[in-house]
Amino acid sequence: MVSDRSRKIVREYEEQQKNAVAGMNASSDGSALAGKDAKEREEELKREIGEAETFFTLMRRLVRENKLAVFSAAVILLFILAAVFAPLLTPYSFSDMDLMNRLCAPSSAHLFGTDAAGRDILTRLLYGSRVSLLTGVVPTIMSMLGGALLGVIAGYLQGIVDAVIMRIADVVLAFPSMLLAMVIVYMLGDGLVNIFLTLALVNWASVARIVRAQTLALKETEYVEAARVIGVSRTRIMFRHLLPNCLPTLIVLFTLNVPSAILTESSLSFLGLGVQPPNASWGLMVNEGRQYLYNAPWVSLVPSIAIMLIVLAFNFLGDGLRDVLDPYQKK
Amino acid sequence: MVRNALQRLAQSVLVLLGCALLIFVMLRIIPGNPIAVLMGEHADNTVIERMTAELGLDQPVLVQFFRYIGGALRGDFGTSYSLGKPVSSLMASAFVHTLILALLAAVFAWLIGITSGIIAAVKKNSILDHLFMGASLLGVSMPVFMTAMLLQYFFAYRLKLFPIAGMDSFAAYILPAIALGWNSAGSVARLVRSTLLETLEENYIDTARAKGRGQVGVLVVHALRNAMLPVITMMAIQFSGLLSGAVITETVFSINGIGRLAVQAIAGRDIPLLQGTVLFSAAVVVIGNFIADSLYRVLDPRIRREA
Repeated sequence: MVSDRSRKIVREYEEQQKNAVAGMNASSDGSALAGKDAKEREEELKREIGEAETFFTLMRRLVRENKLAVFSAAVILLFILAAVFAPLLTPYSFSDMDLMNRLCAPSSAHLFGTDAAGRDILTRLLYGSRVSLLTGVVPTIMSMLGGALLGVIAGYLQGIVDAVIMRIADVVLAFPSMLLAMVIVYMLGDGLVNIFLTLALVNWASVARIVRAQTLALKETEYVEAARVIGVSRTRIMFRHLLPNCLPTLIVLFTLNVPSAILTESSLSFLGLGVQPPNASWGLMVNEGRQYLYNAPWVSLVPSIAIMLIVLAFNFLGDGLRDVLDPYQKK
Repeated sequence: MVRNALQRLAQSVLVLLGCALLIFVMLRIIPGNPIAVLMGEHADNTVIERMTAELGLDQPVLVQFFRYIGGALRGDFGTSYSLGKPVSSLMASAFVHTLILALLAAVFAWLIGITSGIIAAVKKNSILDHLFMGASLLGVSMPVFMTAMLLQYFFAYRLKLFPIAGMDSFAAYILPAIALGWNSAGSVARLVRSTLLETLEENYIDTARAKGRGQVGVLVVHALRNAMLPVITMMAIQFSGLLSGAVITETVFSINGIGRLAVQAIAGRDIPLLQGTVLFSAAVVVIGNFIADSLYRVLDPRIRREA
């Protein structure tokens, strides 16, 4: 069955090349275009047969097809660098108050102005990006690991284990995420680690659902059947054969779940339930500036824009990666 | 058909029971006696014990849970610690505000989302298409509090077109509704565009065109009806998102809805109120899912025949 399919694709590929050569001969002015098309088509066909599916070819395709995704990746990298090198980038302290310079408008001394305690907003933005990026990435890794593990177990073992795991996931997904997060934070108390746990506990269920669905499909494939027949253990099938094949989906899910975690954290902090002062997180900064919205709108606006930019960048990157990596979610 | 509906109804009830159990257990794991915490350090021990017994908090968790479910079925969600009123009556008056807000937000999201989605699909790759899709991505990426505060700053504070906050008039609900519906409008627009583009490729569209249907007729009678199906499914998913967003919008615009009640419950360490509001929100989501799912089955003849 597989060989049939690949044979057909190879035939198509050869025909395509013939056409491309003919096209090149026919019109000399369009030859460059035709050549390029043929090359792209070649890669596309190789991909379909499963040839040349290396990480680099995939990334090359991403770079060629989706400039916006590449630009977004650069923006994200920039945010990460800014977070890492925050102390080097600013002469101010993120927590020392300067009551002589409260609510200064943006100027050359304070590029984004100062907040109600006279703290430089750019500085707090840089330090806040540490917390905000961490609350985007760490809980997402946690929820992906947990969700993927539970999803693959549920999908492969099925039966009672599947029923129990998926019913719990149903229950978690029935709550509006914000309200569930509020209850979990209330239960655990604030503090960065508890925020991580909260976001992970809110987000694992959707990951589990997707991985389970994919496991159900992969389970029926011939290579898994072959592995089963030659006596590979269930654990090994799950970890060596099923999970690695879910990896493209997981990478895409990761880039799309990070921004949603950042948004949830910033909403929690905005309500005063997340990161606590004097630590800076973007959501908390928005919250602190809320009461000065009318005379010093920049205090809330600057961190809001930062949140929007990072979320936008991750969404663009996620969309681009999905087009390249994820055959399961493509129409 | 009916059997299938009953099955799904039973499933919804089970999920809701699970929600109640989860919330109940989570709020009971918290160490310390909530009554002692509420009454402060100097409270008399015998008073604390009497209060605890009165509220049934000295019973095993499972007994408390079944009592709670029994009460909830009769519309009794306990008494709020911090406000001293029955949770059910607090939620009832708050729900009216959240409902108005959520419905307005949904109407806004659907009007804007569907219109711009259709225009973007029909004029594919035009400037309008790029403009709408760019705006929708921006909409999806903006945190709710940002949209809310921007609207509040410009349209209420600067231009004085709407009240800054409160619930005194219908106009007071408009800005919060837009802020709340903004994100959904973006995702609705994207979904309408992509499903409509897909539908327009179908053979029956060509058939309709060949039979002499005009552009509008093809669009409205043939394409849109089918393209709307996934959009209906999305409605249910978005309802949950709207309730999440309502927590923020209600806080920014001082609307005493369910979300704000939940925030107040946390601030007042008010477990019955928190339990009630969160469970109520989950119930709204589960019921919304059930309705959307049923609607989908009624509207899509392919599924109808299968069932």
